[in-house]
Amino acid sequence: MFRLLIKHGTTLFVSLFGLTLLTFVLSQQGDEALHAYQSSSFIGQYFEYLQLLFAGDWGFSSIHNRPVLSDFLLHFPATIELVLLALLFAIIFGLTLGIMAANRRGKWLDNTLMGITLAGYSMPIYWWGMLLVLLFSLTLGWTPVAGRIDYIYDIQPVTRFMLIDSLISHSQYGMDAFFNALLHLVLPAITLSTIPMAIIARMTRSSLLGVLKAEYIRTARSKGLSQQRIVWVHALRNALIPILTISGVQISIIMSGVIITEYIFAWPGVGKWLLEAVSRRDFASIQAGILALSLLVIAFNLALDLLASYMNPRLRRPS
Amino acid sequence: MTLSNTKLAWQVFRRNKSAMTGSLILLIIVLMSLVGPWFAPHDPAQQFSDKILTPPLWYDNGEFLTPLGTDDLGRDMLSRLLHGARLSLKLTIMVVFAAAFIGILIGAAAAFLNSGLRTLLMRFMDLLLSLPSLLLAIAIVAIIGPGLPNAVYAVVIVLIPQFVKVTQGAISEELGKDYVMATRLDGAGHTRLLLHHVWPNIIPALIVQLTFSFSTALLDIAALGFLGLGAQPPIAEWGTMLSEARAFIQFAPWTMTLPGLAIFLTVLSINLVGDGLRDAFDPRLNR
Amino acid sequence: MSTKQTTKSTFWALLSGLICWSCQPHNDLNSAQHDELLVFCSEGSPDSFNPQLVSSGTSYDATAHTIYNQLVTYTPGTTEIAPALAESWQISEDGTRYRFKLRENVPFHGNETFTPTRSLNADDVIFSFNRQRLSEHPYHSISGGRYPYFYSQGLDQLIIDINKVNEHQVEFVLSRPESPFLAILATPFASILSEEYAEILQTLQHPEWIDSKPIGTGPFRLKRYEPDSHIRYEAFQDYFAGPPKIRDLVYSITPDAAMRFARFSAGECDIMSNPLPVHLRIARQNQLNILEIPGLNVAYWAFNVEKPPFHDVKVRQALSMAINREAILKAVYDRQAQIATSPIPPTSWAYNKQVTRVRYNTQQAKQLLAEAGYENGFTIDIWAMPIQRAYNPNARKMAEMMQQDLEKIGVKVRIVSYEWGTFLARVAQGLHHSVLLGWNADNGDPSNFLNPLLSCASARSGNNYAQWCHPEFDRLILNASQSSDIEQRKEYYQQAQALFKEQAPWLTIAHANKSLLTQPRVKGLVISPVGNVEFDKVYLEDGASTESEAVN
Repeated sequence: MFRLLIKHGTTLFVSLFGLTLLTFVLSQQGDEALHAYQSSSFIGQYFEYLQLLFAGDWGFSSIHNRPVLSDFLLHFPATIELVLLALLFAIIFGLTLGIMAANRRGKWLDNTLMGITLAGYSMPIYWWGMLLVLLFSLTLGWTPVAGRIDYIYDIQPVTRFMLIDSLISHSQYGMDAFFNALLHLVLPAITLSTIPMAIIARMTRSSLLGVLKAEYIRTARSKGLSQQRIVWVHALRNALIPILTISGVQISIIMSGVIITEYIFAWPGVGKWLLEAVSRRDFASIQAGILALSLLVIAFNLALDLLASYMNPRLRRPS
Repeated sequence: MTLSNTKLAWQVFRRNKSAMTGSLILLIIVLMSLVGPWFAPHDPAQQFSDKILTPPLWYDNGEFLTPLGTDDLGRDMLSRLLHGARLSLKLTIMVVFAAAFIGILIGAAAAFLNSGLRTLLMRFMDLLLSLPSLLLAIAIVAIIGPGLPNAVYAVVIVLIPQFVKVTQGAISEELGKDYVMATRLDGAGHTRLLLHHVWPNIIPALIVQLTFSFSTALLDIAALGFLGLGAQPPIAEWGTMLSEARAFIQFAPWTMTLPGLAIFLTVLSINLVGDGLRDAFDPRLNR
Repeated sequence: MSTKQTTKSTFWALLSGLICWSCQPHNDLNSAQHDELLVFCSEGSPDSFNPQLVSSGTSYDATAHTIYNQLVTYTPGTTEIAPALAESWQISEDGTRYRFKLRENVPFHGNETFTPTRSLNADDVIFSFNRQRLSEHPYHSISGGRYPYFYSQGLDQLIIDINKVNEHQVEFVLSRPESPFLAILATPFASILSEEYAEILQTLQHPEWIDSKPIGTGPFRLKRYEPDSHIRYEAFQDYFAGPPKIRDLVYSITPDAAMRFARFSAGECDIMSNPLPVHLRIARQNQLNILEIPGLNVAYWAFNVEKPPFHDVKVRQALSMAINREAILKAVYDRQAQIATSPIPPTSWAYNKQVTRVRYNTQQAKQLLAEAGYENGFTIDIWAMPIQRAYNPNARKMAEMMQQDLEKIGVKVRIVSYEWGTFLARVAQGLHHSVLLGWNADNGDPSNFLNPLLSCASARSGNNYAQWCHPEFDRLILNASQSSDIEQRKEYYQQAQALFKEQAPWLTIAHANKSLLTQPRVKGLVISPVGNVEFDKVYLEDGASTESEAVN
């Protein structure tokens, strides 16, 4: 347990150090200094920067005339909403497709599904998103092109999660506003979930196939349990562990993808905000955005590591 | 990697239908990028102001001289796509080899560092790996400024950690094996050990990594172009072409579908080849 | 087993529910609201809700004619001055005193912190101008203390005093006769704010709210603003000219023209601002409604005359000749514009018909360059504005075409671009070599083109990006704005235009048409030549068989 703490401790320490150094360099770019530092040396200024970060002062955007942290928080819920729904899609459809393929190993369905997932894995999502808009929004007219909700619904921003806020204004619009917000989320979420879904489907299939070869499955089969029951109850549970361990990669892919997705769908989240900051050379916002998103990914990875070592006793004693 | 190993791998690879299909498509794309620009009917930057947004041949009002249509400035799509293919492949190869070279050097050095320093270095690589690649690229582009060369540097930096990890991991694994110990006892030095004994055995892992890096690099360079941070117009780059086409997706869909299709097919074929190579080199995963 | 099936069936039920829900139209329940909501897809977030503080068109569009009113305005669709908050006015003999009689019983909006107790009076007018004019005014330095329009027009020098004659009469005292003064008072910066609100905010210790939580007399009240997303207004039922016909007005902030057009095509916007020429062409092919008028604007290529080789007039003339503007008009504007021979558009009364157009002539251009001693050519930078404006839908494309043209005379071109804010800031510092920019007039007077863009004062600090200061030209335009005799003014302006042509500090490229795309249900919309969109007379008419109407 102690060694585990040390391992995660160093990881965290190195990560935070590297990251803040990067964002510190970022904050030094541009015409205006982010903060008026007292120290003149690089190291001294870096430590002052750290102190300010801890104190919650992440800088002030001269372009928006707002503190960047509050600007970030203003755009953050939209991103989280999109990411969570995309993750949900990726997990549900990824697992389903993976299990279906494993069940029909080597058959027509397996080959088709694997072909589809390989296509999904190779998809430039900036193109994919536009194809979806062309088909579903512009040709069929089923889904909206952009935005978070129709303007007929005047939603009071309480949590800034549109799905929640639209439920809060339930008394005014019934469930219509909620469904409308959901409909606005569908295409961006599908776009964003495509690559992680393909990865999850392929991982599920190969890991499930590995588990199905194992001794205890053969035992179960010899006991006369049905294939369905073996797959769903016995094999899947064990097959999920490797899938969990690659979730760290997934979150990083999703965070890259969300920037592109928000750009395509004019989704008012952190990604679009960050891109605008880059084109405006608003370094206060850039460093804050990158720092916040990276911290999120690091925290997620750390939590995942701890969870994995908790679930898998072998990992608790690293060799 | 001995000769018989290579032969074995090739036999496995040849029997893999999807990998062979991927290789074929990739071969065609590479050939097109090599000779295409000579066959391109027009200069990719030439603007036919009377032929703005001409549809491709398969539309009713398509024109023979511009078989894949024109864009909003009246530039021939086919010529732009062919020049874009050369540019994209050239950049991708440059990026991957640069990243591989630097990454392998660092990885090899790391394998022989003392454990404290190595841990620090590898943790740092873990950090770079765990950060979203596009976010990192955006941070780098933000510092050095948008534009094609800078986007290329950013993608190189993003790709390096993977090579470090693979190299370091493969070398560490090899170093733990008995034959290495035996060679060491024979008095072989670091360099000799690395070049003559370890290196041949880690090549397969590196080749697989290299292949997948091609698809990542291609996608990332195009993504930066699409977001306006990479290649700037009028450069005929696939991602930038996609970005310019956004205004007309409903009414001139070919300006959007064609460059996207080019990216997709290239990445797909590279991934097919990569999958095939991995299966071929790793008999344990053999199906 | 049963739990598994429940989960499975719930999943499919949810999925199919969502899919089915999405295929049917959902306007039935909210059709009442839908009929009274107008969505205007605009180009950008306003920098402030006080037009006095800003100089961007997007900020004016979002404020000047929705939330506020001015003393005078234009008769819709023309450049004639009409009464607004001022019922009538008198100008003294010498042209230096303007006395306005204010309309009575004009109510202000209210919001959560403010309920007006009185209607508009002279104090509000004096407050609105003195805040900008007097640096010791308690509100002068609130929200940055910069009043770009007021100072760039030299109004601090022009207005000496503003007197309260009585409760409903104010008098402006000018330092000199200024014939465009009424036209100036119709511009956004002259919006009238509430003095009572300002006082209350001071006691609340939140004076800056006056600019972020605006109170005006206009037809719409600000309800909600979500930065980078949308602005929501609601009709002001007590509006002095009668309540607007639509109840809710939403500005959907969509800076990306491609996205704006996609949203319009999908019916998500009722009105799309600034369509690109390619959108207009598509709209025409598909029988969408286009609202179009010749605009009071100009797109130009300014040579920074302080940087060689542009100090040489021959070089400027040669480069001007080398550009094929016909081709630009076709490719960039899709013919939604006319070639500009002068900075002033031909619709203006001051336009000089005698000035001839620069002819596209590569040979002659080469010859001129050789005469100037540049037979081997040189390299120049063209700064292309990164955003689209009505006067220049795609400066980047324009620059690329010019690059091709200039190569023919041996001039190499580097195209430079930055983000809009940065771009403007750097151009204002004079860091550019040559620049593609344009101007949208905000009042109908010719002085609004020449003074801010080409005077010596504006070369020092302002919009004269050629950095061109010509004393003779300066004298002519100064005389013109001080004269009250229209024939005399015309004479000065014509001379000035001839001089401009000879000196060629710019190549004038085009006067673009101003256009909007509207859905068939939008009725009663008028664009003024200065580009304002006014929504108070707009109404929505659904159902009236949109198909047949479009075909007609």
